[in-house]
Amino acid sequence: MSAGIPVQFFLILATVMFFAGIYGFLTRRNLITILMSVELILNSVNINFMAFNRYLYPNKLEGMFFSIFVIAVAACEAAVAIAIIINIYRRFTTINVEDVNEMKF
Amino acid sequence: MTSNQLMFILFALMIIVFSILTVTTRKILRAATFLLFVLVSTSGLYFMLDYQFLAGIQLTLYAGGIVVLIIFSILLTSHISQKFEAPGIKKVIFSALASAAGAILAIVTLLDYHFAASTEAAKEINMNLIGKSLLSVDKDGYVLPFEVISILLLAAMIGAIVIAKKGGPAKIQSTILNEE
Repeated sequence: MSAGIPVQFFLILATVMFFAGIYGFLTRRNLITILMSVELILNSVNINFMAFNRYLYPNKLEGMFFSIFVIAVAACEAAVAIAIIINIYRRFTTINVEDVNEMKF
Repeated sequence: MTSNQLMFILFALMIIVFSILTVTTRKILRAATFLLFVLVSTSGLYFMLDYQFLAGIQLTLYAGGIVVLIIFSILLTSHISQKFEAPGIKKVIFSALASAAGAILAIVTLLDYHFAASTEAAKEINMNLIGKSLLSVDKDGYVLPFEVISILLLAAMIGAIVIAKKGGPAKIQSTILNEE
C-alpha cells in the first residue's frame, strides 16, 4: 500500500505536525488547548515510528510496540491532566494558565 | 500518479491543515473537532502502512477515547461560544519563528540523510503474533514494558479519581485521619 511514497514524505508530515504542536504549546493560554498540543506532538512521533518500522525494518515489530506504549502513556497523561484541570477549575473557576498562580511566590 | 499516492496527499493535506487549525483557532470546541480530524487521518496513514491493529487502536483510543475526554472537560469548564482573546503579536511572531526554524532545520536534515530502505520481505502482522510478543519473555518479547504499562495505568486511574474527587486530596486525607 505504501509503494511509490518515499519515507521522507512521512517524516516531513510528522515534522510539520510536531512543530504545529510546539507552536500551540507556546502560544496557548488555556490548559485544555495546551493538552491538545501535547497530543499532537505525541501523535506525530508515532507516525515517525511507524514509517521507520515499515520502510527500514519491515521484518521487525519494534516500532509498532513502541507506538502502542506511547499511546498508552498518552492516554494516562490525558486522564490525569484532565483530573488536574477539573480540580483547578473548581478551585480557581478558570483554567487560564496566567490566572492560576497561587502556588507561585 | 497512483491511487495510493493520491490517498497519501489527501491524508497529508488534512493532517497539516487541521493540525495548524487546531493550534490557531480561537474557539475551543472547534480546536477539539480539528484535533479529531487530525487523529482520524493519522489512522488512515496507519492503514496505508498496513498496520491495521495500530490503526484500530488509534481510532478507538485516540479518536474515540481521548477526544471524548477532552470535549467532556471543555463542556465542564468553558462556555462553548466563548472566544479566546488573540495571543499577543510578539508572542505569536516569536513562537512562529521558533517553530518554523525548528521545522526547517529538521526537514533539511532529514532530506540530507540517506535512508537505506530495506528490501526484506515484510513480516505478516496478525493478532496472534502481537499477543504472543506482548507476553513473551524471549528475545522479541515485551512482557516487561507490558507489566510496567499496566502498573502505570493503575496508578493513573487511582490518581485521576483521587485528584478529581470532590474535596480534593486534602479533604480525603483529613476524613481518613478523623476516622482513625
